[in-house]
Amino acid sequence: MAQLKNFPLPDVGEGLTEAEILNWRIQPGDAVELNQIIVEIETAKASVELPCPYAGTINELLAEPGQTVEVGTPILTIEPAGASDDTESTERDGAETGTDPDSAEQGGKIGEESADGRIATLVGYGPRSTSAKRRPRKSGAASGSGGGATDSGGRRPATNGTPVTAPASTNGTAVNGSAPRAAEQARPVPAAGADRVPGDRVPLAKPPVRKLAKDLGVDLRSLSGSGSGGVITREDVERAASGGGTAAAPTPAGATGTATTAPRDRSEREQRVPIKGVRKATAQAMVDSAFTAPHVTEFLTIDVTPMMEFRERLKKHPEFRDVKVTPLAIASKAMCLAAKRTPDVNASWDGEAGEIVYKDYVHLGVAAATERGLVVPKVRDADAMSLRELAVALEELTSTAREGRTPPEAMTNGTITITNVGVFGVDTGTPILNPGESAILAFGAIREMPWVVDGQVVPRQVCQLALSFDHRVVDGQQGSRFLADVGSMLSDPGMALTFG
Amino acid sequence: MSPEHWTRPSRPDERDRIADTAVPAATSATPTREQVIAGLRATSEGGADLVQLLTPEGQRVSHPDFDIDITDEQLRGMYRDMVLVRRADREGNALQRQGQLGIWVPLLGQEAAQIGAGRALRPQDMAFPSYREHGVAWCRGIDPTELLGIFRGTDHGSWDPNETGMGLYTIVIGNQCVNATGYAMGQKFEGKVGNSGDDAAANEATMVFFGDGATSQGDVHEGMVWASVYDAPVVFFCQNNQWAISEPTERQSRVPLYERAKGYGFPGIRVDGNDVLASLAVSRWAMNEARQGNGPLLIEAFTYRMDAHTTSDDATRYRMGDELEAWKLKDPIERLRVHLLREGIADQDFLDGVETEADELAARFRQFCVDMPDPPPERIFSAAYAEESPVVAAQREDYLDYLSGFADSGHDTEGSVR
Repeated sequence: MAQLKNFPLPDVGEGLTEAEILNWRIQPGDAVELNQIIVEIETAKASVELPCPYAGTINELLAEPGQTVEVGTPILTIEPAGASDDTESTERDGAETGTDPDSAEQGGKIGEESADGRIATLVGYGPRSTSAKRRPRKSGAASGSGGGATDSGGRRPATNGTPVTAPASTNGTAVNGSAPRAAEQARPVPAAGADRVPGDRVPLAKPPVRKLAKDLGVDLRSLSGSGSGGVITREDVERAASGGGTAAAPTPAGATGTATTAPRDRSEREQRVPIKGVRKATAQAMVDSAFTAPHVTEFLTIDVTPMMEFRERLKKHPEFRDVKVTPLAIASKAMCLAAKRTPDVNASWDGEAGEIVYKDYVHLGVAAATERGLVVPKVRDADAMSLRELAVALEELTSTAREGRTPPEAMTNGTITITNVGVFGVDTGTPILNPGESAILAFGAIREMPWVVDGQVVPRQVCQLALSFDHRVVDGQQGSRFLADVGSMLSDPGMALTFG
Repeated sequence: MSPEHWTRPSRPDERDRIADTAVPAATSATPTREQVIAGLRATSEGGADLVQLLTPEGQRVSHPDFDIDITDEQLRGMYRDMVLVRRADREGNALQRQGQLGIWVPLLGQEAAQIGAGRALRPQDMAFPSYREHGVAWCRGIDPTELLGIFRGTDHGSWDPNETGMGLYTIVIGNQCVNATGYAMGQKFEGKVGNSGDDAAANEATMVFFGDGATSQGDVHEGMVWASVYDAPVVFFCQNNQWAISEPTERQSRVPLYERAKGYGFPGIRVDGNDVLASLAVSRWAMNEARQGNGPLLIEAFTYRMDAHTTSDDATRYRMGDELEAWKLKDPIERLRVHLLREGIADQDFLDGVETEADELAARFRQFCVDMPDPPPERIFSAAYAEESPVVAAQREDYLDYLSGFADSGHDTEGSVR
């Protein structure tokens, strides 16, 4: 057995890296013919039968069925019948037959996502997620004559063996190797623009503007665009080039990466406030909510003149003499009543348990603007309260909140929220749900508006309601009914008699 | 109801009875009603309009319009053509499986369509292939080894289109149709079409090869529109092998493909693509028409891709085995072999001789492939432009400079095929 040949696993698709041995059709000692099928393998694309590249006798099988083998790894050795060929002898790489356990499970069936996140297709295989192995560079040897343009933009051999990646020339300070080539090679890695973070976002600018910036030596990264969407305009560049000062006369492209200009220091004109406290909590809650619960918002415009008249009458009522009955209080009461009929809006989604939790109580959240930001204290068991009790509770709650004294426990475990955007003179909005709740009502400003009553246009007190709800829990039917119910009670307080 | 009607959209009253109107993916695991019908359609003889001169059983039949005068010598020659081309094709497939080629595109099953069409071409004619036309290349005198470079990744096609009368393989689907139409328009503008008398023998035409999948491409449409309105001397030779990778023909068309020609205003004809005689007869007729200035024309060769789309494809994932088995019964080589033996046109010695020749070709093909040198890295720059430009020269120098910086230098290791 003088001249053993081995058979490295071929790439039977386009760009496959490995395959699983399904079964061997031959055993050591078997005589095989050229192109005789010897093994079946499965790749991410297909099950494939491999024909033997030599005629001869099988010497050894180097992989087990079920084993995943990297492309290029020998899977068998064979003693050829004649001794003529000059390919692949076993000395070359007979050793590495092992499988990398990390890579063992990476392949996938067509259309399925593999472990490394790529999706196998019939043609091509998408970009590789792993980095390529780098060939070692010569040490010390100053390579090349140094002439010529480096439009190829490729890596240049670095003296310390570290690959130097030229920054993309889109940043305006073109990297052109023509000038300091020799110096560059003497120093380790002082690539142009070393102060920049690789992968730094490249600002948006149209190609002629980039060209202008390049010609004028303006670093686009130092500018903030005044165009729509933050795009850097020609004027921005010209302003930077003329007013900035540091930008020397138009430098020949590519002198160094330091020829940058910043006309005005942005930091002087901006104030940076740490994100913390209520702002942070609000942001987190809003992001959580907006990206978890599929929001639907519905709007309703109503004539609340009867409610306002009702409110006037209450003011004269002995029982309410020391209480301020706000439209918010009446709307809150209406919400509690309507929630009894449509409990879905008062329910919550428990994704972990796979359940929807219905509640026989209403902990009403009231969004309040405070010095510290938005807080949403709750009125516990608001549904059990009379209008007077609710009005008192709301008054207390909001004043406590505005003084910044709302205890943390008062801000948790709400079941539904009302936000009074009307106090800001705003008609309506699309409120974002408090996390864990399924509905929020925005109560808009009450204004005198032309309204049609009995075919006549008359001035009436009109207001808009906006209800956002979590469509996982609440369907359009329930959400609409709830909103219409609240609206009906505000436009005709007597309707409240029909609830309960 | 003829097979062509089965896959047409159902009428409203039918639709009511079919609850499931959603069309599932062709690659779904269990075959759907539509896929079963498509399979039946593929295994049918292709309809009443099919031109056939040799039945799958090797029986010579006549056709009123397309009969053919052919010598025994020519018959034997076409048998040899098909066997040798198939043998080279199988060797190419094996070489890919052994890591010697990056990819191979099998022609298995389409030998008759290609040899019939290829043998209808005259030296002055031009052929524009896709990438599966190994049989056409053979007929144009291109040695099979010349096909290897593009599949081994060492060149983009090595033959001279002007000398061989065959364009380079075109990977972009259907793109060759616009090229072919343009070439044919040129033939006409230069007065090489429709001459009579002594010049008639020098008349030229163009044949372009594409598949059923390509008929869905804009390029094919554009080529046909231009060819039609310029009366270009081009024959569109569509090998309908039933599968566009994993998509069946029923996903490409609601009418038989040859009928599409009607819409462009030129004749279309469907021929049994597994019958080399019919393919030759129809191609001869069509090329003559085109040379006389009566082009363009469309030929749909109804055939079957018996192997996968390429070596990167696994056909068992989307089509059923019995479809392949049915088509094996219509094998293009087998029916001619039976015919030759039954009619005494060839004896066993001849067949054995062809077999030996095929083995020799395969061995030469294999050895050539294994011995192919890797092109030097400067090759990418040398053939980019007819004349070298300073920019390209600078890029080449820079690239070579870059490569020489590696510790294991030596250009030969880079990109070598294992």
